[in-house]
Amino acid sequence: MPSLDQLRVGQRARIQSVAGADAIVQRLLEMGLVDGEEVDVIGVAPLGDPIEIRLRDYRLSLRRSEAGRVEVELLP
Amino acid sequence: MTVPTPFASDPIRQPAADAHLTAALVGNPNTGKTTLFNALSGLNQRVGNYPGVTVETKKGRMICGGQVFDLIDLPGTYSLAARSPDEMVAVDVILGHQKGESRPDVVVAIVDASNLDRNLYLTTQALELGVPVVIALNMVDVAKSQGVRIDHKQLGERLGVTVVPIQANKARGLDKLREAIAAAARTGQPPKAPPFPEAFEHEAESLYQTLSGEVPLFLVRRLILDVGGYTENRLVERWGPGIAERVHAIRSRLAAAGCGVPAVEAKARYAWIREATTGAVQRPATRSLTWTDRLDRVLTHRVWGTLVFLVIMFLVFEAIFTGARYLMDPISAGKDFLADSLRDLVGRGYLPTGPLSDLLIDGILEGVGNVVVFLPQIMILFGFIAVLEDCGYMARAAFLMDKLMSRCGLSGKSFIPMLSSVACAVPGIMATRVIENRRDRLATILVAPLMSCSARLPVYVLLIGAFLPIRSEQNPGGFAWYVPGLVMFCLYSIGLVVAPLVALLLKRTLLRGETPPFVMEMPLYKMPSLRTILRRMFDSGWAFLRRAGTLILASMVLVWALLYFPRGESDEQRQAYLAQLQQNRDTAPEEEKVRYDERIAAIGRDGLTFDVHFNQLQRDLDDLNDQAKADPAKADELKERIDALEAESNRVHGEWNRQSILGWTGRTLEPVVYPLGWDWRIGMAAVASFPAREVIVGTLGIIYDEGKVKSDDILSASNAGDTRLGRALKNARWESGPRQGKPVFTIPTALSLMVFFALCCQCASTLTVIRRETNSWWWPLFTFTYMTGLAYVGALVVYQVGSWIV
Repeated sequence: MPSLDQLRVGQRARIQSVAGADAIVQRLLEMGLVDGEEVDVIGVAPLGDPIEIRLRDYRLSLRRSEAGRVEVELLP
Repeated sequence: MTVPTPFASDPIRQPAADAHLTAALVGNPNTGKTTLFNALSGLNQRVGNYPGVTVETKKGRMICGGQVFDLIDLPGTYSLAARSPDEMVAVDVILGHQKGESRPDVVVAIVDASNLDRNLYLTTQALELGVPVVIALNMVDVAKSQGVRIDHKQLGERLGVTVVPIQANKARGLDKLREAIAAAARTGQPPKAPPFPEAFEHEAESLYQTLSGEVPLFLVRRLILDVGGYTENRLVERWGPGIAERVHAIRSRLAAAGCGVPAVEAKARYAWIREATTGAVQRPATRSLTWTDRLDRVLTHRVWGTLVFLVIMFLVFEAIFTGARYLMDPISAGKDFLADSLRDLVGRGYLPTGPLSDLLIDGILEGVGNVVVFLPQIMILFGFIAVLEDCGYMARAAFLMDKLMSRCGLSGKSFIPMLSSVACAVPGIMATRVIENRRDRLATILVAPLMSCSARLPVYVLLIGAFLPIRSEQNPGGFAWYVPGLVMFCLYSIGLVVAPLVALLLKRTLLRGETPPFVMEMPLYKMPSLRTILRRMFDSGWAFLRRAGTLILASMVLVWALLYFPRGESDEQRQAYLAQLQQNRDTAPEEEKVRYDERIAAIGRDGLTFDVHFNQLQRDLDDLNDQAKADPAKADELKERIDALEAESNRVHGEWNRQSILGWTGRTLEPVVYPLGWDWRIGMAAVASFPAREVIVGTLGIIYDEGKVKSDDILSASNAGDTRLGRALKNARWESGPRQGKPVFTIPTALSLMVFFALCCQCASTLTVIRRETNSWWWPLFTFTYMTGLAYVGALVVYQVGSWIV
């Protein structure tokens, strides 16, 4: 199962699960990264981190370390 | 602890006591919450901090359906999970736990119609608080332009609250919103909250019973949901560690039942939101390309985005560093004019001579002037920050810089405060408010003063000009053309190198904690609103003047007093002075002798002191200067006498300073500063420059008997080494000790002094702003101590290594 940080720009995926119970996971969940939601990877910062994704009608940037907590299923 | 803004000039209407209602405004960041608040409350606003927290809240007054409401603008948050101070304040206010604040009668939840689902998440939490809720559906125009159609009536029925479509920036729909607020307050009907899984509801209810109903149900639910959160910590303090074990057991049971925390909350809420919006909200089948999409292709691009970023940062920096000069110079000139006019009045006898006039002019006027002069920089920076934030670019800047800043343990949001600090740490520290995470914000505040600010420039220019001049025909002992520039560059780089290292160290020691998430919304781009920008500029300027001004003023007055008192003279000194006067008389030309005779007679008659002697000198000087001006032909002839009188008045001034408390301190401190290559006079000047670094230029001038020197004079001189102060420094000799008779200022000493000023925190403005922003005296004290320590060690190494090489 790939995680969100392994996706390339332009790829689309469906969230499978977000692992853990700490503040980072809680913030990701609050921002709408819950199971079944679809996300697009739309950009990467100049130094390769953080990444920018689109979900639920808005854009969100997060670090690769945080994106790594999100397991996804790649969509065609 | 509320402070009126400059806009609060018209008195706030006082309603009858029984008609006093309260509404709280909650919402995500970037939803137009501030715009709505301003539109609802107009000019009736107050900014304030609740005791113990640095979260700024605003309060206003509005009239809804004939009722007067207090409107509290709560900090913009994504959740009421009570993990950050912002969320904590929001929860406490709505639950009525905030001291001095009655429980709100209505909660107004503002949501962005173009990003409805995620915005409603916070609203569903607000529904649980047991207070009537009204939803202000903002930016309906943006949603419409994206093809999103929202049936607000149907949405309201599903959510069980009134939904009012508005456009806060155009003040549309506000009347309907006011009506809805008044109606909700009248009925007082708390809304229904989204249901959680049965297992969770059961556990929450039974825990609520165990705590004998003392803790509101909302907090009991938060206690279970927020692992290691604020509620957990607070309740453990109150009820003992037993409660933590119990909560832990509940969480295990919930995980086993398939609804583990914290995921259960997000799942339940988003599922409920989906259900409520289905049918009520119609989205287009395919997303159309928006302006934000097009702009972001350039602005977050690896190459173009970086380029645009650099250009913008350069403009901001230039505006603070160079542009602000045009506003700062008139302020400075105005202050000087006022001071000179007052001195003139003293000279003519309209104002009494003595400590009071001196305090007024040299203490208060100069002190206040030195504070006010920062105002343009602060307002310009905040103007830029407001524009960048309001149009949505700030998030992009943080996105671009995050990786770089994360290497020193900070995040992209620290970049702009750090950059601003290169112009001046005061606005830089105030700009850290954009950083939500407390530890990140604190780390940024603590290292921002290390960046080389503009106040260090006069010190560098003076010392480099005097001791590292370029080789020329008049000055064959000078250095190659690139040396002064290179030294200046190195001094500037010290801050750039040391600040990240200190930040990293702080994040690994004092401010250690889990890495805060960098999960940041990239808001839609929009036209910044002029009103919002102007408002922020004035608010920040006012806050600075009012809060920092008083403390800076106090410290300026203190240093002035330490340098002024005691101003008396002993009998021996007077005798010695009389003898000196007599000797001067005997050697003076015949026509001058009369003047000396008059003075000696005056001292014999009235027992005149240094003070009177000094004022007599000043009057003579003014006379001679007027004569020279009136008759340019005689000017050259008079020049010698003017110079002699100036030297004498500076000598008197220098003598006073030597005898002052600060002078005594300087002498006592000499063993401490000796290893840095400094004599007691440099040590004293360094201590006296506590209110502001550039004060050392003036203080050195006073101590080395060269009279008052303003830092501006140094900056405007084509070659600082050629100013009188520059020459005086070169001629200074050690008064005692093993180095007696040798020049004080050698190249290692000059370098050691510059390195000290590159690293120290001799700036009362910075320290008072840190005090204000952290709400504690501990952090400014810490900053001052660690920076002075660094500065001492840096100067020591430079001097010792330098004198070993030379």
